Amino acid sequence: MDLLTHLGIEGVRMIVGLIAVIALVSVNALFLIWMERKVSAHMQLRPGPMEVGWHGAIQTIADAVKLMGKELITPEEVDRPIYYLAPIVVFLPVLLTFLVIPFSQTMIIKDMNVGIVLILAFSTLTVLAILMAGWASNNKYSVFGAIRSVAQNIAYEIPLLVTVMSIILMVGSFKLTDIVTAQGRYWFILVQPLAFILYIICATAETNRTPFDLPEAESELVAGFHTEYSGMRFALFFLAEYTNMFIVSAVAAVLFLGGWRGPILPGVVWFLIKVYALIFLIMWFRWTFPRVRFDQLVTFAWKILIPLSFVNLLLTALALKIF
Amino acid sequence: MMTYVKEILVGFWSLLAGMAVTIRYFTKPIVTVQYPREKIQMSPAYRGYPQLILDPETQTHRCIACEMCSRICPSQLIAVEGAKFPGEKQKRGVKYVHEHYYCSLCGLCIEVCPTTALEYSAEYRLAGYRREDAVIDHLILLQQRQKAAGVPITPVPTAEEIAAAAAAEAAAKEAREKEAKAKAAAAKKPAPAEEVKE
Repeated sequence: MDLLTHLGIEGVRMIVGLIAVIALVSVNALFLIWMERKVSAHMQLRPGPMEVGWHGAIQTIADAVKLMGKELITPEEVDRPIYYLAPIVVFLPVLLTFLVIPFSQTMIIKDMNVGIVLILAFSTLTVLAILMAGWASNNKYSVFGAIRSVAQNIAYEIPLLVTVMSIILMVGSFKLTDIVTAQGRYWFILVQPLAFILYIICATAETNRTPFDLPEAESELVAGFHTEYSGMRFALFFLAEYTNMFIVSAVAAVLFLGGWRGPILPGVVWFLIKVYALIFLIMWFRWTFPRVRFDQLVTFAWKILIPLSFVNLLLTALALKIF
Repeated sequence: MMTYVKEILVGFWSLLAGMAVTIRYFTKPIVTVQYPREKIQMSPAYRGYPQLILDPETQTHRCIACEMCSRICPSQLIAVEGAKFPGEKQKRGVKYVHEHYYCSLCGLCIEVCPTTALEYSAEYRLAGYRREDAVIDHLILLQQRQKAAGVPITPVPTAEEIAAAAAAEAAAKEAREKEAKAKAAAAKKPAPAEEVKE
């Protein structure tokens, strides 16, 4: 009781929120891996996992149990502190970003006035973790994966931020709840379709998903930056990837699809529907497009995405000035 | 500048076209057969190992144990034995064993059969643990199919029954010969042509 009074209502909210977020992250990853396998299977006219549970629904749990039982292999001559730290570093910012995501009007752990900036800042830390993992592994494929990841993330961070900026200009606030409230009459995807397309492309690249999955291109680099990781350390990278997908989709839902807004159903249901629809879109990309070449990747970012995002920003600013 | 914009638009359109293809496939029914749980009907053109035809009229096989198949088989895998039972006009197969493990499925046995007693089966599950698993006793196989079709099962004669049938046949033959001899003796002048005929 003493502890509770000491923490205060905010502290209790944080602790409950953290527990809820950890639960959400695990369940979301389990569900997304299953969903990914099902989506890919059906696009190739296969049934996908069918054996464990209803339509293979708990296949991922079986896989996770297997991963937990596996030996954590540490190769010789790895840079041990960094090698051990990287899976933790990749996962921590992922948890932090959930702090400001508004699942509904009230279901938000802490409604900060730097909301969107916090998410973008922390999700950038993933690159650091990938670089740490790749460098510490003492493996040429890992280093290649890490280098690619850094180059790619630097290139795609810029159009992402500029695109988000055009929405911020319209709302005039970094607060995610304010952004959702501003979409009371219409969703921003209707007035900012170009921004939405640019954001989804950049988000796909930021989460290292196909067609921008060069850091872990399995046909070229074995498994890229996580080649030397096994067992739960590998699982943490995997978990972080799928949680990142959730985060970028959640941000897209907030910025462009009106967040929790929707008729009849409660806000959190609408929010999750929108998020998973966007995740489906990203999965759809993965099973449609082949991986881009590295020069195409960088050319695309610097020659097309960045100019287009600046044009979009300028047009938004002009439109706001005129109307 | 125009080419730049055009390139972007054309590229974007091609991406959409690709996504249209995948979403179309996403909604199509899956084609995988969950094998041990569901099995597909083999096409009538499928040529499995040869098996005895279950004659719809007589509800049994048509093998007369002529051993043509056994002789034409390039790998000599077919063993046929026949016996003539009392009261039957023709011999019938009492043993039909096919050592399938060397069978090249050439189909010569099926083509050569004078009574068209053989056909290609639709069986494709041919894996076994031992070589003996690939030795097919076609009369037992026929019994299984008769059971499945719900028709009277043709019994496979035991060795004693075959011996008894052979003995009875020999006795009958002897009796016939004796009769013929008696007839010839009665006629006093036996015609040699008749004996050849017999």
